[in-house]
Amino acid sequence: MQRFSPRAPQPATTMNTPQYPSAYASKKKRTEQIVFFLFRLLSGAVALSLLGILGFIIVKGFSVLSWDFLTLPPTDGMTSGGILPAIVGTLCLMAGSACFAFPIGIMSGIYMNEYARKGKLVRFIRMMTNNLAGIPSIVFGLFGMALFVNYLSFGDSILAGSLTLGLLALPIVIRTTEEALKDIPDAYREGSLALGATKAQTIWHVILPMAMPRVITGLILSLGRVSGETAPILFTCAAYFLPKLPESLFDQCMALPYHLYVVSTSGTDLEAQQPIAYGTALVLIIIVLLINLLANSLRKYFSNKIKTK
Amino acid sequence: MNLKQFCEVAMRRILTVSGFTTSIVILLIITFLFAEAAGLFRNKVVEEGYTLAVNRENPVENLSAEQIKLIFDEEITNWKQIGGIDCPIATFRLEQLTELYTEEELGENYERAGDCIAEQVEGQRGMIAFVPTDLVKDQEGIRLLEERNIKAGDVLLGDEWFPTATPSPLFGILPLVSGTLWVTFFAILIALPFGLAVAIYLSEVADERIRQVLKPVIELLNGIPSVVLGFFGLAVVVPFLQQTFDLPVGETGLAGSLILALMALPTIITVGEDAMRSCPVTMREASLALGASRWQTIYKVVVPYSISGITSGVVLGIGRAVGETMAVLMVTGNAAVMPHSILEPLRTIPATIAAELGEAPAGGAHYQSLFLLGVILFFITFFINLCVEYISSRNKR
Repeated sequence: MQRFSPRAPQPATTMNTPQYPSAYASKKKRTEQIVFFLFRLLSGAVALSLLGILGFIIVKGFSVLSWDFLTLPPTDGMTSGGILPAIVGTLCLMAGSACFAFPIGIMSGIYMNEYARKGKLVRFIRMMTNNLAGIPSIVFGLFGMALFVNYLSFGDSILAGSLTLGLLALPIVIRTTEEALKDIPDAYREGSLALGATKAQTIWHVILPMAMPRVITGLILSLGRVSGETAPILFTCAAYFLPKLPESLFDQCMALPYHLYVVSTSGTDLEAQQPIAYGTALVLIIIVLLINLLANSLRKYFSNKIKTK
Repeated sequence: MNLKQFCEVAMRRILTVSGFTTSIVILLIITFLFAEAAGLFRNKVVEEGYTLAVNRENPVENLSAEQIKLIFDEEITNWKQIGGIDCPIATFRLEQLTELYTEEELGENYERAGDCIAEQVEGQRGMIAFVPTDLVKDQEGIRLLEERNIKAGDVLLGDEWFPTATPSPLFGILPLVSGTLWVTFFAILIALPFGLAVAIYLSEVADERIRQVLKPVIELLNGIPSVVLGFFGLAVVVPFLQQTFDLPVGETGLAGSLILALMALPTIITVGEDAMRSCPVTMREASLALGASRWQTIYKVVVPYSISGITSGVVLGIGRAVGETMAVLMVTGNAAVMPHSILEPLRTIPATIAAELGEAPAGGAHYQSLFLLGVILFFITFFINLCVEYISSRNKR
């Protein structure tokens, strides 16, 4: 505020006396330089801290990573061996939650954008979706335990875990679907309807294919979220140690994030478990990196394709 | 043609139903969490199946959970201290029975255990016994204390969390609530300058090339699983803090705040940046044309214009920090006491649920108290979301 104090030369006076740069202007310039430098510094710090975390885990985990580590079950009280059951478990959970969240989420998104009349109802549903997205993952865990594990008596199982994780992914899928549909110009809808197609046909043959790239990107990102969540599966599915692979939906399973939590905080020999923990963290990071990369390249690929049309 | 119409109607119906999924899920969450949590207040203060028995001459009516705990911890040693007769307190637990009596005296299946307990309690005026209800309910010589239910006030305002204490567990949630608030407050304090700086830098200062690099980096930070960040905290941040501040343990509130700040950053940055990008170019150009520098334009025009978006970003960041479980569970040390400094171990609500639900028997008071914590957490985040909704709806007008 003091920059506009009466002592500072007014722009009107500087107009008459051609003295550039004025003291005020150069001070202005200096402040700007300092502030922008600060911004650069802080942004650099954030980027560096992320690279630091990634680098630390990659460097420490790289020596652990081997074919055996990826394809053997844990042995000797989890102080040696691999993490195959955890990888398989996480893949099962991802697939299970996808089966649940993708169809319902996409359908819900279509309803919100294509069918529901704009007004209070849509606002209410959108508010509920946003609220669901904001609910902490541990509350999902509690809910999954109360509903799926105890009330519906699925027990600690992949089914209960997948459903709980699916609920977590649902808002992400709904939002991205809705946004993708919103960006499609009404001209396409009207064109299709004018040619005699029904609303369902329009959505199925015209709208969905056009929105698919962005919807798929959203789906992949939601899978990324699901793969890293621990709290919802703590009490619905995750097994502390289970060397055999899951055989049915009602089996418990190990999962990568839970395994990382277990080997880094509890167990028989924390020292000996350290390498396993680094390796598990690295595998998790790789999954996240791959998913991000896939989503980004899909986004780029499709945006180029649409441009060239 | 009929088939076509049928498909049309069926599709509309199915889509409508799925449109309401999220609302139904929220309703279900509320119902189930509440159903379990409300059960807590139907529990007696003394562990289920047990009772407290006193001598007939002892006039004491009933005892609060805290008094019972203090008596059995031998911190209250005279009935006078809690308004009773002047007589020292002697406590008696079931385990002592086998020390005092032989197996023959107790009977093969403890059938005479009740008599033995009664004999003990009758013999000493200040005796209070914590024993199974079944054993003593028919005894003439002793009096069973009237049992109170757990009170909402004791839970919501109690400052001691001892859910597994016997004879009477304490469910005061204040240490957990204040632990959560401390960690969140410091996390946002750390994340705010960084978050705002990066958001402004990305939207106003950085050129396109740097943006192309920095944006994915932020997205990646958002994607890192919390358990990996927690592991990083455990391996790097915790030892670092321990050395720098010369602490007895490195697992402190500050470690949790640092990790949480990292997790709240992407939310603050992306929402804030989006808000600032939506500021019309004409406003910026007008400001620049009037002779303002770029920095003056940013803090006098762009930031005020997008302040509601920035605020929603920060509030969403707070929501993320409040509910974060795994990272906090791993690095904050989990001591369920009232925090006095951020450099001490403390414990948050989500971490408590995650740490204790596995050991709490389903349907018991402890289990229900954890669901009560879930309800509280749910309402905190619900409230935060409503705030965001309100802020952004005001922005649109």
